[in-house]
Amino acid sequence: MSIKKISKTQPETFEFSKDNLLEAEREIKKYPKNRKASAVIALLFLVQKQNDNWIPLAAIEYVARLLSIPYIQVYEVATFYSMLNLSPVGKYFVQVCTTTPCMMRGAKKIADLCKKHISKDQNKLSENKLCSWTEVECLGACVNAPVMQINQDYYEDLDENKTKEIIQTLQKDKLPTPGSVKNRKNTAPSEGKTTLLEVKNA
Amino acid sequence: MLKDEDRIFKNLYNDLGWNIDSAENRGDWLKTKDIILKGKDWIIKEIKDSELRGRGGAGFPTGLKLSFAPKEVSARPHYLVINADESEPGTCKDRDILRFEPQKLIEGCLITSYAISAHACYIYIRGEFFREGQRLQEAIDQAYKKNFLGKDACNTGWNLDIHIHYGAGAYICGEETALLESLEGKKGLPRLKPPFPAIIGLYGCPTIVNNVETISVVPTILKRGAKWFKSLGKPKNTGTKIFCISGDVNNPCNVEEEMGVSLKYLIEKHAGGVVGGWNNLQAVIPGGSSMPLLPKSICETITMDFDSLIKVKSGLGTAGVVVINKDQDIIRCIARIAKFYKHESCGQCTPCREGSGWMWRMLERMADGEATYKEIDLLYDVTKQIEGHTICAFGEGSAWPVQGLLLHFRDEIRKRSHAEPLIKKRSNIPYLIDQHLLENDSA
Repeated sequence: MSIKKISKTQPETFEFSKDNLLEAEREIKKYPKNRKASAVIALLFLVQKQNDNWIPLAAIEYVARLLSIPYIQVYEVATFYSMLNLSPVGKYFVQVCTTTPCMMRGAKKIADLCKKHISKDQNKLSENKLCSWTEVECLGACVNAPVMQINQDYYEDLDENKTKEIIQTLQKDKLPTPGSVKNRKNTAPSEGKTTLLEVKNA
Repeated sequence: MLKDEDRIFKNLYNDLGWNIDSAENRGDWLKTKDIILKGKDWIIKEIKDSELRGRGGAGFPTGLKLSFAPKEVSARPHYLVINADESEPGTCKDRDILRFEPQKLIEGCLITSYAISAHACYIYIRGEFFREGQRLQEAIDQAYKKNFLGKDACNTGWNLDIHIHYGAGAYICGEETALLESLEGKKGLPRLKPPFPAIIGLYGCPTIVNNVETISVVPTILKRGAKWFKSLGKPKNTGTKIFCISGDVNNPCNVEEEMGVSLKYLIEKHAGGVVGGWNNLQAVIPGGSSMPLLPKSICETITMDFDSLIKVKSGLGTAGVVVINKDQDIIRCIARIAKFYKHESCGQCTPCREGSGWMWRMLERMADGEATYKEIDLLYDVTKQIEGHTICAFGEGSAWPVQGLLLHFRDEIRKRSHAEPLIKKRSNIPYLIDQHLLENDSA
C-alpha cells in the first residue's frame, strides 16, 4: 500500500474534453455492457492526461457518474494504485527505481542527483516548477539497471554524468531521447551478443 | 548450448523488426488455421505432451490448466486473460516479448482462446509499460487488418477480440485473482480460492489466466511438435526459457536458453561473468526477488530448472537471476527486497500487512548492527508466521527471501547483531517490535 496525499487545493469541477470523452467511450466499449466499472483505471489515466498528471476529487466524482458506480469505489481505486497521483506533480515526473537490482548498480547516486538538482524532498516541485521526482519500486527493466522513468519513457543503463545531463535537459523544458544512455541495443549484452548471431528472417 | 534455430524468440533484441511482415517472415501466423482446425482436444493434448510449465513463477503445467476450462459453454462466456503485469524485481522478459515479439503473443492468444472456447481476451499490462502497451496495440491493429483477429479470425470461423487493459502500479495485481479484481475495476485484493478462476473468474465466468511468455511459446510448440519441445531441457522441465541476468555481472542481459542450463554457464557465457571474477561471487537470487537466494557453493553446480532448484530450497520462479558479489552488503540487499514487499502488500491479510513491515525494520537494524542476536530467531519466527497464513502466495513471496538469508548467511547476521537489547535501555521507540515488553515490569 502506498501513502497518498490528497491535494489541499482542488478545482471545483472537472469534465473531459471532447476528445477524451470519445476516448473514454472507446475504453468503456472494451468491456461487456453491464461491466462499465472495468474502465475505471483507464478513465483515471485519462483524467491525469488532461489534468497535468494528477487527479482532483471532482474528477473522481465525475468518473463515478460516468461509469454509474459509487464514488467510494473510484476513490478506493484512486488511493490504492501508486501510479494515480492525487496531488500535482511536475510536468516532468521523474521516477527512480531503487529496488535491489537497481540499488546494486548505483540507484542511490541517481536518487541523490535528483535530490540535488530537482528538489530536496520527493514529490515537491523544483524551483522552476517543471519537475518533481520520487523513488519507485521495481520498474521491470532490471537488466538495464539503474533505470528511471520520466513521464511515459524509460531511461536505462544510467550513470551519474548522463543522469545529470538528463535532468539539465528537463530543466530546460525538453524531454531527452529515451532508451539506453549507453547506446546499448535493448537487452542484449553490452559487449556483443552471445546468441542469435546469424539469425535472419527466413 | 542451445542452437539458434531452436530458440523461439528470434527477435529478442529487435534485430529483425517487430512489425507483422517481419514476424510473418519469422514464421508467425504460418499454418495457424491448420492448427486450429485440428481441434481443441488436439491442441490441449499436444500442450500437455510438451510438458510446458507456466513461465509466470509457479510452474504449473499449462496443458492441465487449459483443460480446467469447462468443455461446454453455458450462459456464462469464457475468457482468456494474459498476465503482463511483470513487476517481480529481477524480471524483465515479458517486456521484450511485448515490444519485439508481439505477434507470437497474439497468435498464442488466438490458439489458446479457441482451445478454451473464449471469444474475448484481455491482456493486463502494468501501467508503467505504457510504450510497450502502445506497441502491442499497434501489433494487434496490424493483426486485425490482416484478418488474423476479429470475426472469422484466420478464416477458422472463430471470433476473437483482444483488448489491452492497463494496471496502475500495483505488484499484487500479478497474482491472478487480484488481477481479475483489478480488471473488474476494483482494488487489487486477491480472492480466496477455491473457487478457482477456471470455474469462477472474471465477472464470475470461467477464466484462464496465463503469463505472457507461456502463451507466446504455444504457437511454436504446436508448429514444431511437442516432441521437439520435450527434446529440450530435462524431463518435466522441458523447453526453453528467457533468463534475465542482472546485478553484479559485467554484461547484464536477457537471453533465451534451454531449461536446465547450468547457472555458472549462464553467468560466465552470456553475462560476461561476475564483476571481480567468479571468486568474488557472494550469492545469487535465481528466480526473481521472492525466491530464496543461493550461496556460492550451490551456485557452482546448480542447474536452472524448476525441480533442481526446489531441491536446494529455492525455485526457478520467473528466472530473473540477480547476481550479488562480495562488494555488496547481503543483508542490505535482502532488506531492500523486504522493503519492496512492505510497500506492495495489499493489506488484506494481517500477517502479511504487518509482518512485511516487521521483517523490513528488523533487517534494516541488522544491517546497521543495531539488532540483538536473539532477534535472529525472532525474525525467523516472523517469517514462519507469515508463510502459509495469507490468502495469496504474496505471503510466501515476502517470507522466503528472508528465510533464504537466514539459512545461508546466519553467521554474517550473527557477527553484526550484538547490540544491547533495547529492553535494557528502556528507551521508548515506536514501531519496534519488542516495544510491548517495556510494559512488562518483570522483563
